[in-house]
Amino acid sequence: MAIISRGFSGRRSTAEAKLPPGQYLTTDFPVLSAGPTPHISLDRWEFTIDDGSNVLKRWDWKSFRELPSETIATDLHCVTRWSKLGTSWEGVSLDVLLADLKTDLPYALFRSYGDYTTNLPLKDVMNKQAWIAFKYDGADLEPEHGGPARLLVPHLYLWKSAKWVKGMTLMPHDKPGFWENLGYHIYGDPWREQRYSDE
Amino acid sequence: MWSAAKVVAMHDETATARTLALAVRNWPGHVAGQHVDVRLTAPDGYSAVRSYSIASAPSSDGRIEITVERLPNGEVSPYLTHEVMVGDELELRGPIGGWFVWRSDQTEPILLVAGGSGIVPLMAMLRSRGSAGSSAPFRLLYSVREPKTLFYRDELRALSSQGDSVVITYAYTRVTPKDWPRPAGRIDASVIATGTWPSTLRPTSYICGPTSFVERATDLLIGAGYEREKIKTERFGATGERK
Repeated sequence: MAIISRGFSGRRSTAEAKLPPGQYLTTDFPVLSAGPTPHISLDRWEFTIDDGSNVLKRWDWKSFRELPSETIATDLHCVTRWSKLGTSWEGVSLDVLLADLKTDLPYALFRSYGDYTTNLPLKDVMNKQAWIAFKYDGADLEPEHGGPARLLVPHLYLWKSAKWVKGMTLMPHDKPGFWENLGYHIYGDPWREQRYSDE
Repeated sequence: MWSAAKVVAMHDETATARTLALAVRNWPGHVAGQHVDVRLTAPDGYSAVRSYSIASAPSSDGRIEITVERLPNGEVSPYLTHEVMVGDELELRGPIGGWFVWRSDQTEPILLVAGGSGIVPLMAMLRSRGSAGSSAPFRLLYSVREPKTLFYRDELRALSSQGDSVVITYAYTRVTPKDWPRPAGRIDASVIATGTWPSTLRPTSYICGPTSFVERATDLLIGAGYEREKIKTERFGATGERK
């Protein structure tokens, strides 16, 4: 039973009907990062896919940007409770990156410049569900929002969309990443309000 | 998972910020730097939740303090700074967060950098240092818009006059106190040079404030030779209600 807050009515809008439970709408774009923003030069940037022992795929910025890209219109939901609707991105689908890769490994740990990590089931980054995004709102992605390129997995809480992404390691078993080791949920579905590890 | 929390005391920190002392049922204890979620529920069941940093040191008495800055278009902060009264019950969940924390067994030099209401979790660290009897050397660089927006003014003054190893430097972005040596302005390399540890001491840093402040402070510290791996940050969104 919730405790009723005397004199509280709240500020509601019709758009909130589209929001996952416990979220509120924002129109700006807050930043949540655990440490300094890395500034990565495009000469040094790369994205690799490995299986824990061998590098299976590698792109530098030039070869990455020659891959077919698409525009993505999507809502974002941050575990700190803000949601932003109708954002616009451009990126390379993980379906493209994984296209000719044969693997039985069902999980992935995404790795970032600055040593951030986050874990995802491989099936959650396939079938038009995840991108490596390099443009936001028509402009190059700014460093504070994850530029030059970040993972975008909008059906999960935004901490899964690793900023400054540099690769993914395929794994036989699920393994918690940075926030998942610090009390946040192993999967993070906003519609099931999977914020913390005790949910 | 949600606990009842009774408001047992309150006082204003500034014209727009208020500290609430809460007695929390079954509070498991916390570590300095952690935050809580606070839930308000309207009579028809509509509810809103926001996160607030804990301002108080860890203690075993089931009481915590939060300091809430009222935001012009906030949904929860106006209630917590204006409406709520001693004796009211709120719902609270936590503590949350295991990264932006200072534990009293840390002995290395600590740099705290606060922008505005970003002081709150850093104050918990200073208070935790005191209550644990820690002798870890601390420095605080506290940037505010103007003198009247300082939180915890008297307590900070007392801390820095004790002559032990807490050194506090203030920076003002809009209005300075009378005869202040540095003109009002954003923090810069000279403020970092005078208000922080030499990087050779390899301090751990905690930086909390609005996004633009945190970006600027971290860039300046890295420029001054600080190790990026030892800088922990917590940013407010542009909307302000924490993170």
